[in-house]
Amino acid sequence: MSMLFERPHLLGLEGLSAEEIGFLLDTAETFKEVSDREIKKVPALRGRTIVNLFFEDSTRTRTSFEIAAKRLSADTINLTAKASSVSKGETLADTARNLAAMRPDAIVVRHPASGAPELLARHVNCPIINAGDGAHEHPTQALLDLLTIREHKGRLDGLTVAIVGDILHSRVARSNLHALRACGARVRLVGPPTLVPRDFALFGAELVHDLHEGVRDVDVIMMLRIQHERMNGRYFSSLAEYSRLYGLTVDAVALARKDVIILHPGPINRGVEISSTVADGPYSVIMDQVTNGVAVRMATLYVLVGRRRLPEVQTTPAGSGIDSTARGMVAGE
Amino acid sequence: MRMENGSRSRRVVLDATGLKRALARIAHEILERNKSAAELVVIGIRSRGDILARRLAAEIGRLEGAEVPCGAMDVTLYRDDISRGADQALVQITDIPWEIDGRVVLLVDDVLYTGRTVRAALDALMDFGRPRAIQLAVLVDRGHRELPIRPDYVGKNLPTHREELVAVDLQESEGHDEVALILNGELNGGGGR
Repeated sequence: MSMLFERPHLLGLEGLSAEEIGFLLDTAETFKEVSDREIKKVPALRGRTIVNLFFEDSTRTRTSFEIAAKRLSADTINLTAKASSVSKGETLADTARNLAAMRPDAIVVRHPASGAPELLARHVNCPIINAGDGAHEHPTQALLDLLTIREHKGRLDGLTVAIVGDILHSRVARSNLHALRACGARVRLVGPPTLVPRDFALFGAELVHDLHEGVRDVDVIMMLRIQHERMNGRYFSSLAEYSRLYGLTVDAVALARKDVIILHPGPINRGVEISSTVADGPYSVIMDQVTNGVAVRMATLYVLVGRRRLPEVQTTPAGSGIDSTARGMVAGE
Repeated sequence: MRMENGSRSRRVVLDATGLKRALARIAHEILERNKSAAELVVIGIRSRGDILARRLAAEIGRLEGAEVPCGAMDVTLYRDDISRGADQALVQITDIPWEIDGRVVLLVDDVLYTGRTVRAALDALMDFGRPRAIQLAVLVDRGHRELPIRPDYVGKNLPTHREELVAVDLQESEGHDEVALILNGELNGGGGR
């Protein structure tokens, strides 16, 4: 029968099985078609309310979630940290309780602190979707990366993926590492020793500190955005030196497999971690990632929110539908 | 094949030949009513309606000597009972590669029961365009409508009890063509409502 995704929330990809990830990707693939229609809207989540709760600036992720929700006919409310009472000293748990009292059907949350979505999940009775928490996870970003890779390569199993850049501070890298490993891909983490934590070898990653060695014969290169504020001498001497050693150029790309694809979560620092020639070149699938982002977020919202409707009484055996959902909600892992 | 046992009985109501004849008759009826296939677009409701739609389109095309456009739709996202928690099937792709504006859409499903699936399909079609007309063809009409929907073409009218299930097995999905009525049964495979 069909694959199930029974988790009440999407807090991260660590611990998800290849089947669970595959189910979300398959669902996302179907939802891509909706965005190709003239009327880009289906009534699946009509009457549902999705709260986008953003404690960090993010134009593209928030927009992507908002478009996804709207294409499913849900109502969306955007709350940003500056505009909310967070700046007046309210704690996250208080904010959560107040939001919960307004009966949203899901909360999409981005927060600078790792674990914030998990805390929220303990205080509210609706699905929580992590849209990026500190240096912890950014599950929908990794899902859209996997969908993009799967579309271009036809599979994930057996591929070699190099993730290049500031691994230490990257929630994108963490989510991708967990998901790619679960799906049978080999992962190389590439960057200076100060930005590639040795602990990551425990998750089955290969750690490489030389860019050319790191991208040799890989199927996929995933570049991470370098945060300028981190390049103050503590992790690396200068932006120019980082760029010279780890910036992705045409020469480096030539060492990868001929059919290599290049991903970047955006926004791009042109000429820093990636040269314009590479970013706009034939191997770049960066715009596909953006398109797939909407589909992945539609799939996530649909899978987590859509099933909360009461089961059809006449055909569902007693105790199966409602109970499993309710149990999941209370457990709130 | 499934075996009968004490708690459930299975009665074949359409065998492979009967199913073939029913589809052939429907194809003729469609042409008789629409005069030609020139404006026709055949769209099947997943899953199994799409298989029957392909067969009907091929049959009409054979009779007319012209290719009849055929598509498929998954109406899950338009249903009024979207989720039943434990039964979360994968939503399948909707594939309607033709303009339906001003054309006659022949909607095809395997079993017509409450009418709720067809209601969802009608809503979905309206999002794709404005057909001149929509007609409905079903392999089996088992009654018990909950909405004011009626089929234009019926392979077999089958009076049923609500407790019974209609299992439609098709060559393309189950390896053989057969429609059976199952009492107090649980389906192992095949489609049933």
